[in-house]
Amino acid sequence: MARRTAIVGVGQTYHTSKRKDVNGQELINEAVKRALEDANLTLKDIDAIIIGNMDHFEAINYVDCWSVDGSGAFMKPIMKVTTGGSTGGTLGACAYYHVASGFFDVVMAIGWEKNSESDTQAAISTCADPILERDFFGGAIGPNAAEYAMYMKEYGATQEDAARVAVRDHNNALNNPYAHLRKFITVEDVMNSPMLCWPIKLLDSCPRSDGACAVIYASEDRAPKITPKPAWVHATAVSHDYVYFGDFDWEAMPTLEATATRVYKRAGITNPLKEIDVMELYLPFSTCGVIWMEHMWVCSRGESPSLIRRGVFDMKGELPVNPSGGVLSTNPIGATALIRIGEAALQVMGKAGDRQVSNVKTAMATAFGSCYWFEATILRATKP
Amino acid sequence: MGAPAGGEKKLLEISSGEAEHVYYWHCGYYMSQFLLGLRDRKTILGIKCPRCGRVYVPPREVCGRCFVTMDEWVDLGTEGYIYAFTVVKLPYIDPNTGKPIKVPRTDIYVKLDGADTCLMHWLDETDEKKIAVGARVKAVFKKRRRGTIHDIEYFKQI
Repeated sequence: MARRTAIVGVGQTYHTSKRKDVNGQELINEAVKRALEDANLTLKDIDAIIIGNMDHFEAINYVDCWSVDGSGAFMKPIMKVTTGGSTGGTLGACAYYHVASGFFDVVMAIGWEKNSESDTQAAISTCADPILERDFFGGAIGPNAAEYAMYMKEYGATQEDAARVAVRDHNNALNNPYAHLRKFITVEDVMNSPMLCWPIKLLDSCPRSDGACAVIYASEDRAPKITPKPAWVHATAVSHDYVYFGDFDWEAMPTLEATATRVYKRAGITNPLKEIDVMELYLPFSTCGVIWMEHMWVCSRGESPSLIRRGVFDMKGELPVNPSGGVLSTNPIGATALIRIGEAALQVMGKAGDRQVSNVKTAMATAFGSCYWFEATILRATKP
Repeated sequence: MGAPAGGEKKLLEISSGEAEHVYYWHCGYYMSQFLLGLRDRKTILGIKCPRCGRVYVPPREVCGRCFVTMDEWVDLGTEGYIYAFTVVKLPYIDPNTGKPIKVPRTDIYVKLDGADTCLMHWLDETDEKKIAVGARVKAVFKKRRRGTIHDIEYFKQI
């Protein structure tokens, strides 16, 4: 039987395009120190560490060993987890399992990336099968661009519908001092930005960032002693599919639907639009913010553009999405999905500053990786 | 003490250099048969799961859903329709060559007649206004074929 577990502290760096002033270990250390400070803990209180990034991006494959001075894992149990873009979601799930299992009381998850040290598109392309698919894989952008081409044809959606998502996330970042991109934009700006992979344009797309994030999980006994308002983990779900991109079923989106279904069931949610107060979604492109709402059962097929137009997902709407500015504003890949969990936790804990949504009882965070791997976490202010 | 190397605080950047690393991948029986099908028979082979009946292309040993070994080969021919596509305009670095790709380039997901999964490849048309999801396409083979996915030069709309 799993033990109740809560998030009790979050730390992150001020994400930016190039942190020339620090190496990877030092970047990690910044996030770790901030998380410990946030939870008012010291390294002695941490029983185990889970760390992850896209390890070939910095061409260092033994990251759990190499980063030990920065991560605080010196002589502690440490495990490396790396699942592409969804790494942060898996980091969170793994830290949760460690505590929920009863083996460890306080566990820190760390996600990080120094995207500036390598060529992101070239490195991401190596996730595609080298013999059959790599040459046709348009970097990170290709598959999602093709997905939206299909959706536009099927439902009559437009590039402007996606542009509205881009505007929402970018402008929300103005409230987030940690966000990488913090510039006010309009739909016209998005439509005029350079085309990357039709129909996805520059402002529809996530940036490459250097950054790190650390999130501390604690057991039921320890959590209330650490913080007055822990963010209780009610459910996590992870769903992985095939390795060939040609195997995707973009009409049914089986991994997203399975993950959403499982996490809602485990958390007792039947109407996500009404029962969830805020969502931090891993949307690497604005187009995903149109299509994926439907496969998460927030609305029915083809309905998403009209909800977006009505402002349902804006800060003042019925279900605010990405108050942090989301992935379109900040993307240190190994950290990105963990930042979603951290931001969702801050919302529940009431510590989200200018980006705080009022009266958050239930928050959801999702993670996504190239092979259409999806993960989700539901956090609440009350114990499960 | 100030900066130990003397003078103000300087931040260096070190490169990994120019070295290349070549990989050799073993295709296995299934992928090899698929590639030989392109080279020797100018046709695209798929494989069918005995349990769920799904026809996979490219063919592989195990049906992931059922976790059974497959051995019922299907000749899928050379025609299908565009399931999805994108036109790449950003000249990112090709990890195979270290050089920027040539753009614009149209990547397509082809649902061949009789297959349940898509084959990825290129389309010879690069103007998105002239390409339609759902359009019928046919594989165009190279005259000189070597047993790689590029024995198909591209697909064209028919």
